[in-house]
Amino acid sequence: MEIAYTVQPRPDTGVYNAKLGMWLFLASEVMLFGGLFSAYVFLRMGAPPDTWPHGWLSVPLGTLNTLLLAASAVTTLLAWAACKARRFDRFKLHLGLTLILGTIFLGIKGYEYRDKWLHYEVQLKDGRIADGHLVRARTTAETVVLHGRYVADRRELLDGRRKHGPHEELVIPRDQIVRMQNYAPRHNTFMAIYFALTGLHGLHVLGGLVVFAYLWGPGSRLWHVDPEHFTNRVEVAGLFWHFVDLVWIFLFPVLYLT
Amino acid sequence: MQATSTVLPHLKHAEHSEAPGGFWRTYVFSTDHKVIGIQYGLTALCFLLLGFFLILTMRWQIAHPGEPVPVVGWFLEKVLGSPASKGVMSPDLYNMFGAMHGTIMVFLAIVPLAVGAFGNYLIPLMIGANDMAFPRLNMMSYQLYFLGGVVMLASFLIPGGAAQAGWTSYSPLATVIPTDGQTFWLIGMILLITSSLLGSVNIITTIVQLRAPGMTWMRLPFFVWAQLVASFLLLLAFPPLEAAGILQLMDKVAGTSFFLPTGLAVGGATANISGGGSPLLWQHLFWFLAHPEVYVLILPALGIVAEILSNNIRKPLWGYRTMVYAVLTLGFLSFLVWAHHMYLTGMGTRISTFFQTTTIIISIPSVILLTCLLISLWGGSIRINTPMLFALAFLPMFGIGGLTGLPLGFAASDIQLHDTYYVIGHFHYVVAPGTIFALFAGIYYWFPKLTGRRMNEFWGRVHFWCSLLFMNAVFMPMFAQGFAGMLRRMSDGGLSYSTRVAPGVEGTLSDFILGLNNYILWAAVGLGLAQIPFIVNLFRSIWRGEPVRDDNPWQSTTLEWQTPTPPPHGNFLRPPSVHRWAYAYGPRADGTDYLPQSVPESALSGQATRS
Repeated sequence: MEIAYTVQPRPDTGVYNAKLGMWLFLASEVMLFGGLFSAYVFLRMGAPPDTWPHGWLSVPLGTLNTLLLAASAVTTLLAWAACKARRFDRFKLHLGLTLILGTIFLGIKGYEYRDKWLHYEVQLKDGRIADGHLVRARTTAETVVLHGRYVADRRELLDGRRKHGPHEELVIPRDQIVRMQNYAPRHNTFMAIYFALTGLHGLHVLGGLVVFAYLWGPGSRLWHVDPEHFTNRVEVAGLFWHFVDLVWIFLFPVLYLT
Repeated sequence: MQATSTVLPHLKHAEHSEAPGGFWRTYVFSTDHKVIGIQYGLTALCFLLLGFFLILTMRWQIAHPGEPVPVVGWFLEKVLGSPASKGVMSPDLYNMFGAMHGTIMVFLAIVPLAVGAFGNYLIPLMIGANDMAFPRLNMMSYQLYFLGGVVMLASFLIPGGAAQAGWTSYSPLATVIPTDGQTFWLIGMILLITSSLLGSVNIITTIVQLRAPGMTWMRLPFFVWAQLVASFLLLLAFPPLEAAGILQLMDKVAGTSFFLPTGLAVGGATANISGGGSPLLWQHLFWFLAHPEVYVLILPALGIVAEILSNNIRKPLWGYRTMVYAVLTLGFLSFLVWAHHMYLTGMGTRISTFFQTTTIIISIPSVILLTCLLISLWGGSIRINTPMLFALAFLPMFGIGGLTGLPLGFAASDIQLHDTYYVIGHFHYVVAPGTIFALFAGIYYWFPKLTGRRMNEFWGRVHFWCSLLFMNAVFMPMFAQGFAGMLRRMSDGGLSYSTRVAPGVEGTLSDFILGLNNYILWAAVGLGLAQIPFIVNLFRSIWRGEPVRDDNPWQSTTLEWQTPTPPPHGNFLRPPSVHRWAYAYGPRADGTDYLPQSVPESALSGQATRS
């Protein structure tokens, strides 16, 4: 039994089934990320004065990741164009480049996550707050060693864009610690929404890469049987990838630049 | 046999053309939309029964607080342990059953039955396609739905039991309850949302892409239009709840504070959280789904009623085009009314004004739809049979449900009625004697297509009249209770706020109002008993029902009756083509009173000369 319009577009609608299905899926994805972006707006607008942080994320790394994804959008398009031109070798090259770019993106994202995970805010008994990255090698049962600085008030930590004093090695006896918490999702609502948004986006990147890897590897056998069907698959996967790029284009200014 | 019938009587045909494959491939991991539709249907009917069982035990607790549940009390204690010790329903268990009754009825029973079962089975047949656009995705939607159901059921058995914060799962309550039930609920919901997401992509693509030649948009049966709009609602409204579910799951598991405000105290102690979140945010995201969801519940039902009604009045639907535009408008507007569930949250009078306006506007297309169906009856030669009885009863029942919603749409009157039994009465009139009656009608109507046999007419009518009587006996008194101020979600049915406990105190619930609880209980028991004829009839008729002599036993115009009975894998023997709209009913020169969509004009002239 053959389902109609799996490969050829239906004349009056102008699309084949999978392409329409992907557009519909992307519409729902818009609503999914739309829900999360509204949550961001809602939380940020409702945040009391002097609680919403700025400049906590590395703009150079964010910019680099933006460029990587933008470049991968181009290579994805070229891979599809190569299929259309029936140049299988060019397809392999461009989709391979997409895979590499996407993987580097995830690597950088992972590095940023790790950076937040090792970043601690430590409330001391004398009222001061130590803020910095955990020096794991030197931390013992008696003392915690951070590379960072002391501040008197939590609010001083809110604006990462401003220049602040030099970082140094802080050796903190454990019995002086009231509360110690890393910059994990539970740290505050900014970190929470940051991890929720970028985490979900990261999962989408990962999903896209898995599909691309399949199309680049075992899935490419279809090319030799039905190149047009295979080209459609590349196109549909590409649509998804462009959407994932687009989400990042919104995430970058919302989280990194404001 | 009717002269215009193009079908061949070959009831056994299906056995020859069934796709090869063993039992597992044919019945469990099938990609045939009809098998998947039936899987959805049977699973959803089981959940419907379970949801009813939950509320029946709750009604006992409401009418007789603290007394052991008769008949099933020992069973509850055995399965659920301490929350049901000595067969008595504890308040915790009452909360669990309440939350799960709503969840099961909405997400595991009605929507899968209305969209999953009826949509899957009928849409490809009605548009003349041989299957859904993505058969394997279709199978996956059912499996995800099934898995979601299993997770929900499993949550009853974990320590601490199922979710207890209502089907709306408002934070912070849902987050701070220390048991794992809510986590299971959220994981189950994420599976169910993914399932209906894939399902709706599939349905929309199928309708847009796989319509048979000649099946233009304005020739689609209204049922297909209703399913199309319902699928768009599922597609676009569900994702924000998925987002909300992920955030609440993070609150629960990762310790974030998306929905937890600063300074939240739990059990007298300040919670160890960062705070800064917003309980209102959950409600916005939840109701952004849950109001369109109401229309997902009702639109397929309207579609079913329109098909059965037009078939049994033997004349065209009145105002088909108007109905199509009304249903599209309804779908669009349903995204703009969600916060009318939130008048009492203090979100502000300006926002309330906006949502009151949109809420009243949305009643216009709803009234248009119902009015068109009602006017259609005028001048028809009405055939009364079980499906028609259910379809007819749908009109006034849904009418009551809709009209009682008006006072809830205005903030001023909602202040009195919010969260009372009035609300329960209102939306149950829409969904129970409304949608569920339409679904019953659909089951009786399309049963001959599935099995080649009719369901028993006498027991069908017994089922109908008893259900109609008891449905009203259950839900009508709730309006009175609501006006008296009886709140929902109270495990003692309002006893602590009644004159029995506090005599002489101003504003307490009177003996009469409280006594209605007992009356509702027995009406609910009667409603349960009234379903026995249906269940027996359903299964007995598969093997012992009266065989139909024709592939088109109801003399219908739509394409699904132009297939062999039951339709084989691939549905149509010859690819069908469509020559007219779906409602060509009415007396004709050749003595028949209907003209199937698939009969070409050329065949028609031939017949005219013969007769």
